[in-house]
Amino acid sequence: MDIEQANQSAVTRMIEARPMLTGVAAARDVIPGMHSNLLLHAGPPIAWARMSGPLRGAMIGAMLFEQLAHTEAAAIALAESGGVQFEPCHEHNTVGPMAGVTSASMLVYVVENKAGTGSTNTAYSNLNEGYGKVLRYGAYSAEVLTRLRWMNTVLGPTVGAALARSDGIDLRALIAEALHMGDEGHNRNKAGSLLFLKALAPLIAQGNGAADGQSEVLKFLGDNALSVLNPVMAACKAMTDAAHGVEGSTLVTAMARNGTDFGIRISGLPGQWFTAPAEIPVGLFFSGFSQADANPDIGDSAITETAGIGGFAMAAAPAIVTFVGGTPRDALNATLEMYEITTTEHKHFTMPALDFRGTPTGIDIRKVVELGIAPRINTGIAHKNAGVGQVGAGLVRPPMVIFEQALLAYAEKYGL
Amino acid sequence: MNIQSEIRKGSYFDSVVLMQLQRELLLLPGVHDAGVVMATPANCALLQQSGLLTESARSAAADDTLIVVKAESESAALQALAQVDSLLNRKRAAVDAEFRPRSLEAAARQLPAAGWVLISVPGRFAAGVARAALKLRKHIFLYSDNVALEDEIELKQTARAQGLLLLGPDCGTAIINGIGLGFANRVRRGAVGIVGASGTGLQTVASRVHQLGAGVSHALGTGGRDLHTAVGAITAHQALHLLARDPATQVIVLISKPPAPEVAAQLLSAAQACGKPVVVDFIGYPAPARQLGNLHFATSLNEAAELAVSQLAGSSQPAQQPGSALTGMWLRGLFSGGTLAYEAMLVLQTTLHPLFSNAPVHKSQQLADALHSQAHTLLDLGGDEFTVGRLHPLLDNDLRLRRIRQEAADPQVGMILLDVVLGEGVHADPAAELAPVIAASRRTGLEFVVMLIGTDEDPQDMQSQKERLETAGCRLFTNPSAALAYVCSRFGAAAATAFAPVELTALTQPMAALNAGVETFYTSMVAQGAQCLQLDWRPPAAGNDKLADILAKMNKR
Repeated sequence: MDIEQANQSAVTRMIEARPMLTGVAAARDVIPGMHSNLLLHAGPPIAWARMSGPLRGAMIGAMLFEQLAHTEAAAIALAESGGVQFEPCHEHNTVGPMAGVTSASMLVYVVENKAGTGSTNTAYSNLNEGYGKVLRYGAYSAEVLTRLRWMNTVLGPTVGAALARSDGIDLRALIAEALHMGDEGHNRNKAGSLLFLKALAPLIAQGNGAADGQSEVLKFLGDNALSVLNPVMAACKAMTDAAHGVEGSTLVTAMARNGTDFGIRISGLPGQWFTAPAEIPVGLFFSGFSQADANPDIGDSAITETAGIGGFAMAAAPAIVTFVGGTPRDALNATLEMYEITTTEHKHFTMPALDFRGTPTGIDIRKVVELGIAPRINTGIAHKNAGVGQVGAGLVRPPMVIFEQALLAYAEKYGL
Repeated sequence: MNIQSEIRKGSYFDSVVLMQLQRELLLLPGVHDAGVVMATPANCALLQQSGLLTESARSAAADDTLIVVKAESESAALQALAQVDSLLNRKRAAVDAEFRPRSLEAAARQLPAAGWVLISVPGRFAAGVARAALKLRKHIFLYSDNVALEDEIELKQTARAQGLLLLGPDCGTAIINGIGLGFANRVRRGAVGIVGASGTGLQTVASRVHQLGAGVSHALGTGGRDLHTAVGAITAHQALHLLARDPATQVIVLISKPPAPEVAAQLLSAAQACGKPVVVDFIGYPAPARQLGNLHFATSLNEAAELAVSQLAGSSQPAQQPGSALTGMWLRGLFSGGTLAYEAMLVLQTTLHPLFSNAPVHKSQQLADALHSQAHTLLDLGGDEFTVGRLHPLLDNDLRLRRIRQEAADPQVGMILLDVVLGEGVHADPAAELAPVIAASRRTGLEFVVMLIGTDEDPQDMQSQKERLETAGCRLFTNPSAALAYVCSRFGAAAATAFAPVELTALTQPMAALNAGVETFYTSMVAQGAQCLQLDWRPPAAGNDKLADILAKMNKR
């Protein structure tokens, strides 16, 4: 078995995947294995007892939204009694930012990999709620639930109908263009969200005016600089899933956090998670908050780094260099560092500041362990208490020990 | 005229990149026009105006990259399209002085001009770094010590097979193209090239050459164990071969602590064939002569420098040319005089290998059976094993005559060396017996060389002896040293370059290096005006041996 060849094959599948946003659908109708009593969450598997504040809050919100429970207390009792099941989004071809909680009746983006190489795969992600008190940070007040219902009855159907009028939106091309407009695709999605709005607006305008809530939807999408984050994450999931399960490959195909543990999956070790306690991100805090308020790392959004953008494309995003040290030089160095632990340079995602070099793509656990360089992840920081919301943004790295565990498991499986 | 196009679905590139690609396509052979655009309606309209919008290109969407080439033939157009990926991927590496990569791989990408890697990490990790450097096809200055001998052998053999130099391990100093690596004196540039085991010997000679008003072209340290039998002077041979081809080098100095005899013989044999004067100082190793052809033997570091500088003045005379006739053939020396035989051993062992005798200088040269020669053999026919029940060969030529026939019958023998000693009490007319046998034994590819010892007052008539032996086909010498120098020169090219030669650019390119380890080596390189990139090197897997072991196994697969 040739590891280089296996990795080359895996990373080529990742790079050549062509994620197209083709529609919006109810989770229960499209997500494999989805059912009314199942709540999906970000990160590796976790039981209720070990869930952190924001994840618990989001679970409570989802139970109220699904009317599995009608009060907070009833929801907690239901969770404690095992009356609902909790499973990782990742095990259902799905990703979600922060808590990532996705329930059966929520509308989700459908992203299909149309690489044209024969094998196809599909990934899903919930819709982005915007800022402030939102479910993904564990808020579940009436205001949060009202917005979720509006998203399910107005936003989702309008966007879905618009997409149905198109051949889909090419998210790989959108990401590539956004990287040339100052986004890195994880913490900064301003340009990508505007490109998304630009693509959707004419399609939405073909609809039924005020009856569709057109103006409201366009304003919501335009005001939210994160509106494209969820489709981009699903695109990254479609790309990394295409690289998953290649015999002998040492590439990382998922990095995800549930607010308690950090977990990774490896292409050549399908079906296994390697986990360790998640670290608390270091970064900049909104006024009134400090490091002491931060929850341990949470969210599936590290799928962007897994696919070669986000923290790995930091050199593309000088506007947010304050997260990584303050100067554009630091942003370049952040990307240069990631070249050391990756297999190749992305063919489609390039960075002007590095003379259009491709982004570092395909994290190789061998290089991570050998050089002692853990991947850099740009991330939002959640308050440790449910429902407070985002308190800052910054940088986090996975615990090194999970890469070491993966290497040992690899050695065992492949008889080294 | 032929137009070909290619649509890259969902490939977004900045327009600057696309315009650059377009310009580069226009430079390809046979290409008359090219268009590279994101296929927006506006861009497609522009292509249409230029007559570049083909029917097949019309299906491109705004998210697609559209590449159109108009060329004199279909094949030229298709060949141009086939270049697109390599043109797009041809990135200028962003040189970034502030970023210090941990891996050599990343460092090499950051400073692609680097031809050398300096390694001064702790010994047990040094071989791993050197292996990575060889994989990247870099020359190596390996300062680290405590590298296992088996690692050194493996690394040097790999380096030699790839035409790469590995200076070290435990190599303290080198001067390449005017830049000192490791510990090096600031010496004038000049025409003296130095190959030394390591460290202070090399520094001393380089400094003395400078003090004497001359300069150094390059100085290459080979590492202290290079001239051990197990390593076989791999680096010294490469370095010698390199300096022999280097136009800036006129004289070469070889310095070492006493090498293994067979290693010394092979190296000096190569030195003899290198076509330039070579000053040899194998400290503590007996000098066979002051000079053997182009080889000059010094007895101290200072003398080595002085000889080298004096040779610079005289090096306008063409040095001895390589390509001796008897390469691959054997010498057989049949001596009647024991002391003459012993001096011949001492001199000829300098470059002839393997060399055997019934009266050896080293035990390893002991001939197993005096009746049968092997490889190069010098026989003292006056030795006890030959004289039992028989007269001394100075008096009785019978044994020598039979042995001449025996040796001449061996087609691998290229030269027979004889001493003919005249004077009172010895044979009255040796030529009368020797000349007919020599004449009868002559064949193509066999030379006879005779050292004639005697005076014109000797009773045998020296002139007549000489004439008859010459008529029989012998080359006569009355000066034994001249005879031995001649023998050396005839066999001199024995060590032909049986390895991939190191490209001269190893020495002549502007010095650019990656430095893993001691940071002062980096600062010193930069201060000397060389390009250098310091690595943020760490032990693999943070020093966890179990993980490092797994990684090593994985990387071998």
